Amino acid sequence: MNTLTDNLELFTTGFKNTGILFIVSAVFALILGTIVAAMRVSPVPAMRAAGTLYVNTVRNMPLTVILAFFALGYPKLGLVPVNFITAAAIGLSLYTATYVAEAIRSGINTVPVGQAEAARAIGLPFMQSLTLVILPQAFRSVIPPLFSVFIALLKNTTVAAGFSVLEAGAIRANLSERGYPALTGLLWVALIFVILVIGVLSPLQRYFENKWRVAR
Amino acid sequence: MTNEALAPALVELTAVNKHYGALHVLQDINLEVKRGEVVVVIGPSGSGKSTLCRAINRLETIDDGEIRIDGKKLPAEGKELARLRADVGMVFQSFNLFAHKTILENVTLGPIKVKGTSKAEAESQAMALLERVGVGHQAQKLPAQLSGGQQQRVAIARALAMKPKVMLFDEPTSALDPEMINEVLDVMIGLAKEGMTMIVVTHEMGFARKAADRVVFMADGQIVEDSQPEDFFTHPKSARAKDFLSKILTH
Repeated sequence: MNTLTDNLELFTTGFKNTGILFIVSAVFALILGTIVAAMRVSPVPAMRAAGTLYVNTVRNMPLTVILAFFALGYPKLGLVPVNFITAAAIGLSLYTATYVAEAIRSGINTVPVGQAEAARAIGLPFMQSLTLVILPQAFRSVIPPLFSVFIALLKNTTVAAGFSVLEAGAIRANLSERGYPALTGLLWVALIFVILVIGVLSPLQRYFENKWRVAR
Repeated sequence: MTNEALAPALVELTAVNKHYGALHVLQDINLEVKRGEVVVVIGPSGSGKSTLCRAINRLETIDDGEIRIDGKKLPAEGKELARLRADVGMVFQSFNLFAHKTILENVTLGPIKVKGTSKAEAESQAMALLERVGVGHQAQKLPAQLSGGQQQRVAIARALAMKPKVMLFDEPTSALDPEMINEVLDVMIGLAKEGMTMIVVTHEMGFARKAADRVVFMADGQIVEDSQPEDFFTHPKSARAKDFLSKILTH
């Protein structure tokens, strides 16, 4: 117990950064993922190709490679300098967006084709058909896979520890330096992650599933 | 009379062809529909009649030939096509009401988003249309809470809300329970009497007799006959039509 209480500020800073990384990356991944999913069902072949290329390259790269690029490679390009936590958020967003895109695309495929036809038949252009008719119905069926993606994202934030971001995954190393048992620290970190998933993300998922339940 | 003869057809198909792989579903189709005319398209399943109907607002693309609506050539894609589709009402076999929107929202979506009508005005017009098709009191429900016949009448109201120049009906009663067919046909007959231009793909011979100006008989991707309803039903010219009628009119 003193491992936790003696180092409370380490745990709070760590999990605060985890929270920031998670929320920022989740929001951007959701936005970018939705755009990429829209590109992949677009009637314009170039858009479809670009969406597919993005998903297939980024999804097949290990997350560590992407984060290493943003932490080590990107600064050497001489572009706008970013700090480590921003770099980690960018890397996590780009990586998670591919999974979000595929989850949403599978949701789009569950919406009967007649819905899109009816939208087009009353004169709605592609983007409006998508945003007013298809996506609101697609989101309902992608809530479960989308939350799996977000839970994975929450845990993936720990990879950023390897690139100088003080978040939950970095707590263990810091504890060792202070002379506290690393294993106990790790167990505490694991327990807090479980609490975050069961206590926050799962109820949120249930809430959205109930809110968007569709009458069929 | 001369005026009418000179006026361009509202819907005009010229030498339209379409293939699904090796299947030639539309073979050199020529069809003219004048303003205010009600044309019923009948034929055995697989004859291409649904494809013909869906090609008119480009839900199906065509390989060659030309389709004109009110003198304008059907655009390929994009905003132009969307604008033209707004002028062509479509009623589907499976209703296709927007499942996540209320009945009222289903009818107001097009006018508000496509035509830029104000919400209040769109709603009052929508209520008038829903009253007219007899489902005004259901306005706040979701589509799944309505019977098939009611849903199809809402679908007609949704199409009418765009004030279309022509209405396409793609087997509008084929997915309905028998006791609900008439409530939908009554609405369609009402529309026909008011002078709406209609192209109706259907198996309802009663509707064809009662409301059609012309009957177009299709088989194997071709228009085999194009005649007055009474002529067609009593004196079909082709063997194909005789065979088809003998199969459906015996009982």
